Amino acid sequence: MAIQISNATDVKDGSQKKAPQESALRSAVLIGAGIVVWWMIYHRLSAVADWFAFTILHCSPASRLGSAIQFMVFETPKVLMLLLLVVFGVGIVRSFFTPQHTRAILAGTRESMGNVLAALLGVVTPFCSCSAVPLFIGFVTTGVPLGVTFSFLIAAPMINEVALVLLFGLFGWRVAGIYAGTGLLIAMIAGWTIGRLKMERYVEPWVYAAQMGDSAEQEQLSWAERIHLGREAVRDIVGKVWPYVIAGIAVGAGIHGYVPQNFMAHIMGKGAWWSVPLAVLIGVPMYSNAAGIIPIVQALLQKGAALGTVLAFMMSVIGLSFPETIILRKVLRPQLIAAFVGVVTVGILIVGYLFNFLM
Amino acid sequence: MKTLQILGPGCANCVRLANNVEAAATQLGMEFTMEKVTDFQAIVLAGVMKTPALVVDGQVKLYGRVPSVEEIKTILA
Repeated sequence: MAIQISNATDVKDGSQKKAPQESALRSAVLIGAGIVVWWMIYHRLSAVADWFAFTILHCSPASRLGSAIQFMVFETPKVLMLLLLVVFGVGIVRSFFTPQHTRAILAGTRESMGNVLAALLGVVTPFCSCSAVPLFIGFVTTGVPLGVTFSFLIAAPMINEVALVLLFGLFGWRVAGIYAGTGLLIAMIAGWTIGRLKMERYVEPWVYAAQMGDSAEQEQLSWAERIHLGREAVRDIVGKVWPYVIAGIAVGAGIHGYVPQNFMAHIMGKGAWWSVPLAVLIGVPMYSNAAGIIPIVQALLQKGAALGTVLAFMMSVIGLSFPETIILRKVLRPQLIAAFVGVVTVGILIVGYLFNFLM
Repeated sequence: MKTLQILGPGCANCVRLANNVEAAATQLGMEFTMEKVTDFQAIVLAGVMKTPALVVDGQVKLYGRVPSVEEIKTILA
């Protein structure tokens, strides 16, 4: 109603202003309604899963099959719904951050402050592995210190919204918070350490000689375009990841129902001091998206695996990826790549041991 | 005749953008040449930090995402 009244006074260009205003309001209303519906479904999921497994299928809550089915029916829609909401929201947040912005903020910052900023920005700036090289060159040729650039490059893939959503959905906000917090710390300290090592001469020489062209035009995005980006993000990310989520939850459900309670305690539990380095050793060469790994890890945790070991494993898999290291070979000489992988690995090991010790 | 370039090292998004751009240009019935630029030096020179990117007649028109064929048509027209 308000829109119609104000447009009545703008007769001349009312017809032109009406369309974007109406569609923005309509989008906002739709999104608001969507969130309400989402919430109504979400907080009934547990009850529905119980009803399905125990009433419809007549399984006993104490039985393995019943327990596995309940897990599956509860966790699958719950995680998918969380992913939908968060990827959409993060897609919109990301539309406010561009690599150019980030670079402008970081250029010329001093080491420690820069490392902190870079890690935080790494989480919100859109990033994909194949952009690593142009981004790296763009940063180091415009005055962003090498160590600061690394803080960004470590945080960006490791602390991604899919991982955080899954951790929150399956483990609760404390574990998700711990993962994000320690991941950020690793990014900041590892980046700072690499900066201290003064390894600039191990960057491929052509990088520093390269001239970064003038930044491409910054598009000023309207809200409608931002929402469109959010929807695109959901289509791209959730559309790609959902089979892995379901497969992972299915495996998790199997472990949940059928593996005896403390089975994992022996090889992944706190008592086994070698479980952390072993987890990291297996995790570093592995490359997987968070969606496949985390549901499995959840079930392992329930069966006695220690939190530190599990955290270390996840960070190694998600944070260090072989494809990205291979791509970075174009701009980094092997010594620097080794330093990068080495420092991050040590950081992950420390986090693993720390949490096994504390929890 | 328009010169279209797709900037990117060749990952899935770059391939999708190339396909969408080719479809859009063909549907518009325009004359064009299209090339894929994978050399990082060239990408950097264009000022692009987030691939894939679409360059039309030397000007960067979009970067960092893969728009629909329809949207590309409005960009190319």
